[in-house]
Amino acid sequence: MSTSTETIEQLATREYKYGFYTDVETDTVPKGLSEDVIRLISQKKQEPEWLLEWRLKAYRLWLGMKEPTWQNVKYDPINYQDIVYYSAPKKKKALNSLDEVDPEVKRTFDKLGIPLEEQKLLAGVAVDAVFDSVSVATTFRDKLAKLGIIFMSFSDAVKEHPELVKKYLGSVVPYTDNFFASLNSAVFTDGSFVYVPKGVRCPMELSTYFRINAKDTGQFERTLIIADEGAYVSYLEGCTAPMRDENQLHAAVVELVAHDDATIKYSTIQNWYPGDKDGKGGIYNFVTKRGMCAGRHSKITWTQVETGSAITWKYPGCILQGDGSIGEFYSVATTNNWQQADTGTKMIHLGKNTRSTIVSKGISAGHGQNTYRGLVRIGKNAKHARNYSQCDSLLIGDKCGAHTFPYLEIRNTSARVEHEASTSKIGEDQIFYCRQRGLTTEDAVNMIVSGFCKEVFRELPMEFAVEAQKLLGVSLEGSVG
Amino acid sequence: MSFLEVRNLQVKVDDKEILKGINLTVGKGEVHAIMGPNGSGKSTLARALSGHPEYQVTGGEVLYDGKDLLAMDPDERAREGVFMAFQYPVEIAGVNNAYFLKAALNAKRKHHGVPELDAMEFMQLVRDKAALLDIDQTMMTRSVNEGFSGGEKKRNEIFQMALLEPRLAILDETDSGLDIDALKIVAHGVNAMRSAERAIIVVTHYQRLLNYIVPDYVHVLSGGRIVKSGGKELALELEEKGYGWIEAA
Repeated sequence: MSTSTETIEQLATREYKYGFYTDVETDTVPKGLSEDVIRLISQKKQEPEWLLEWRLKAYRLWLGMKEPTWQNVKYDPINYQDIVYYSAPKKKKALNSLDEVDPEVKRTFDKLGIPLEEQKLLAGVAVDAVFDSVSVATTFRDKLAKLGIIFMSFSDAVKEHPELVKKYLGSVVPYTDNFFASLNSAVFTDGSFVYVPKGVRCPMELSTYFRINAKDTGQFERTLIIADEGAYVSYLEGCTAPMRDENQLHAAVVELVAHDDATIKYSTIQNWYPGDKDGKGGIYNFVTKRGMCAGRHSKITWTQVETGSAITWKYPGCILQGDGSIGEFYSVATTNNWQQADTGTKMIHLGKNTRSTIVSKGISAGHGQNTYRGLVRIGKNAKHARNYSQCDSLLIGDKCGAHTFPYLEIRNTSARVEHEASTSKIGEDQIFYCRQRGLTTEDAVNMIVSGFCKEVFRELPMEFAVEAQKLLGVSLEGSVG
Repeated sequence: MSFLEVRNLQVKVDDKEILKGINLTVGKGEVHAIMGPNGSGKSTLARALSGHPEYQVTGGEVLYDGKDLLAMDPDERAREGVFMAFQYPVEIAGVNNAYFLKAALNAKRKHHGVPELDAMEFMQLVRDKAALLDIDQTMMTRSVNEGFSGGEKKRNEIFQMALLEPRLAILDETDSGLDIDALKIVAHGVNAMRSAERAIIVVTHYQRLLNYIVPDYVHVLSGGRIVKSGGKELALELEEKGYGWIEAA
């Protein structure tokens, strides 16, 4: 093995920076799942009867469902009775302002670089912070409310805007959708809710930061974003978790609805704990995300940078129902050490002149296994639908794997579908070239990888593109050459 | 002591001994041409000096400005002022040429404790150097060598050399595959770089390049050893008599 290969291997040392644990008093329900636990969660959240019924329907259905096994990942069976389904930092009374957030929880978010005090925020970013099962703080809520924008925790939305929640909950991802979505529907605890009214352009990035803190806890959040006619919103989620030897389950559901001429940009920087270098621990990130382009000329863009989690299983998709609607999916997924990812998208073209773009960049290093799985379905009424897909894989080292499963179902002959795929390896010659110009191996790898991911990074909101690039650098450190 | 002292350098590639004891002394301000038939070890010498990981030094030593060059990593050598113009410049998709060079230049400046250049200062430098070398600066906005023609790649190498201002520049068969116009541009760039503070080693198979870059010394490599050294007239003699003349000697 050449010296530059060894140098790349030596970079295998940096540890997961967000792996600390915060000691806060929590209100936790006992481990295990039953109708009683669901009733307890619903009761703690003072939910209306219809929502409890919805949860119970989902649970009863889930009991008869089988965990999917078709995905290209391997893991030991999950014991669903060994998970805590609700854990919340204890609070004495309802929060009236940010000052009342538990200082320990606040310090945690500070440490993560997510200050909750509004004045410290990045200009133009409103944050909702979810700690284990509950949302602890939403910033800029009042300012946004003046424009008629609703940005609050899901629990608050259930209380304050039950008609909206009732109308849209499950409208894109029904509780019957799949094993993990049904589980989420039964036990979801919190998440974010966004409604942007007709004609309003949300003036700032909206952001939710998810943090799993407590041991043995699963995180089951649910996010619902609705952009009414002509509205625009850009939303970003970030996620971290402490380092633990046990695997923890994160099974979220995200639903987006875009009405006529509305645009939703949904960006994810996923940095859940990936497990250690031997593959011990880490988050199972089993997530269902889907957007409904319900209206004419509506547009939904998913951009994801997936660097964390032991296993990632998600296919953020778009149902292109409105004529002329547009769906986009831009993804960077990295797997290093023993991480596994089976991710991609679904673009379901129903309306006429609908367009979709898929750009997927998979980077595998170490023993990482990276699978792109995507479905493009052109319905029989989707005249002149167009899709462009590009799936590129980059391999670092010779112990990792890249797999591509593109599915095309075309039922209208006027459709135009293009698919391009490539697989390349970071060459020793590329690294040497950079080093001969004075760059370290680490900088060389980062630069080559960033170049590879450029088409995706430029879709991220400016403030986060730089962060994503750095994160990618960290997650690939120790990648085998 | 001379600026560059190569003493009895032996180099293996894939367990095959290529250089069998090279001795070479290069002073500041000098231009040395290394010539030789295919397989003589010319490029191996260039790559070993720049620290290419596939070229394993099995013996000898190299002193660069009094320092042990072989003990330095390739990137450290570069930051210390060793530059190699590649025979086959590598493509890096998606990485903007200007961005790449700015990172390289600033890595070097940082190493020497000089303030790093911001984007504005860097682009000014690019304009200055482009004018000096008659090189079209639009190649700076493209990805590193991606989709470049053979000539563009070589010109880009010379451009990088001009920006990074090395103390020791090694041109590894930069003339191969160039038409006469491109060759002149490359030679013009190298000549513009000649300075009392800089040593230049030109590795080439053909005498042609040396019509434009006139060397102070010419060395002929054969079978992993320098078999003949002389002034610029040696290159002409080689041109006339062919490498067979040297190998037979």
